[in-house]
Amino acid sequence: MDQNPFAQAFQLIVQMDPALAGIVSLSLKVSLSAAAIAAVLGLPLGAALALYRFRGRGAAVAGLNALMGLPPVVAGLMVYLLLSRAGPLGSWGLLFTPTAMVIVQTLLVFPIIAALSRQIIEDLWEEYREQLQSLGSSRLRAIPTLLWDARFSLITAVLAGFGRASAEVGAVLIVGGNIDGVTRVMTTAIALETSRGNLALALGLGLVLMMLGLLVNLTIYLIGEQARRRRG
Amino acid sequence: MSTTPTIHGSPKGLLPLALSGVRFQRGDQVLLSEVNLTIGPRGKTIVLGPNGAGKSLLMRLCHGLVQPSGGLVRWALDERAAATAIRHRQAMVFQRPVLLRRSALANVAHALALQGVPRRQRSERAAEALERFGLLPLATRSARVMSGGEQQRLALARAWALRPEILFLDEPTSALDPSAVKAVEDAVLTFHEAGTRIVMTTHDLGQARRLADDVVFLCNGRLLEHTPAAQFFCDPQTPEAAAFLRGDLVW
Repeated sequence: MDQNPFAQAFQLIVQMDPALAGIVSLSLKVSLSAAAIAAVLGLPLGAALALYRFRGRGAAVAGLNALMGLPPVVAGLMVYLLLSRAGPLGSWGLLFTPTAMVIVQTLLVFPIIAALSRQIIEDLWEEYREQLQSLGSSRLRAIPTLLWDARFSLITAVLAGFGRASAEVGAVLIVGGNIDGVTRVMTTAIALETSRGNLALALGLGLVLMMLGLLVNLTIYLIGEQARRRRG
Repeated sequence: MSTTPTIHGSPKGLLPLALSGVRFQRGDQVLLSEVNLTIGPRGKTIVLGPNGAGKSLLMRLCHGLVQPSGGLVRWALDERAAATAIRHRQAMVFQRPVLLRRSALANVAHALALQGVPRRQRSERAAEALERFGLLPLATRSARVMSGGEQQRLALARAWALRPEILFLDEPTSALDPSAVKAVEDAVLTFHEAGTRIVMTTHDLGQARRLADDVVFLCNGRLLEHTPAAQFFCDPQTPEAAAFLRGDLVW
């Protein structure tokens, strides 16, 4: 136990501990699913908010921007109340399942993707508006055109969302319950091992988590750069 | 290049375009006042005037990108046709072309899609338009990595694919080098020969002399002259136009 925690952590990673592998894979599954669902919902909504003018739009934009800072524990509590046995969706039996974790992380990621894409699409619309209107494009028809043309910037928005999902601990802890082998993910495992005094294991998990984030971001960055170089 | 097809295929033409008492103001500032103008079915109209005269604004009002604060902008088939149908029979080329982040061919095909051209016909028509402006070798090249001159030619090819009855050009050559300017002027003539009505603004008086059939002269948001080109350049009717031609009233 005197062993250097860094060395111990390194050993865990190199040995590819099966428990660790399970935790890593669940973390990735939950956070990537949440980011994907939030992107599918948030990108079109952000674009629509950028293009359409309606009463209360300013409040909607401000509200969405504020929700980027929604505390994970609060989101977790709200989803917990919805999904708990006594709650309105209690009969679904989703509490303490990975599905519940995906739901709560989607809730956290959605405002980030929608708010950032709203700004990105609004700037692009400013540049494209006259040309697209001249070509006879309606605002609705412009949404897919703009989303596709802003794809490189929007990837960054989605990555920011993924980063938020994979880094948060409060929400998944409340709705997932950190059940070993079922709902334990990287962040909840780190919190648990730290409180138990297993600092080496906690540190090892932390390093793996950071490397995973780097790997995901690097992969997407390289794919994006390659496409950008070809498409300008 | 093949023989030039006739663009006028519709039973009833869009032109003439008539502006009556058109006014545009933003806040208290009147940017265009009491413009009466008729754009007939054929020819090349060059809109001239010092900076801030309202040239670009006039084109945008005609094209329908901007709504007038007062007065009427009326096309010959206004009564029956929907606004989108009218829009689909016009095209506009801007000073700085806005091209999508996709290939040259896909840029033209996108415009055809917006016009409601069936998918099967798009690439053929797009390729035909690219070929006419010498861009077929660049068809798969990303539009955003093309040179300024190539981009403007692509914008012209995109407009060509739409087979417009009238083409608006807003200072299409002011950011281009001389050889690219020549290519744009040739393109304007190609459109003209195909029967497309040309309305164009420019700062280049030499270009105006080369291209104009008639000249619309604006100054301070007022339309001061609309005369045949020969008459405008030899014998301007207003002191403002005379000063403008002498170069005393350019900026």
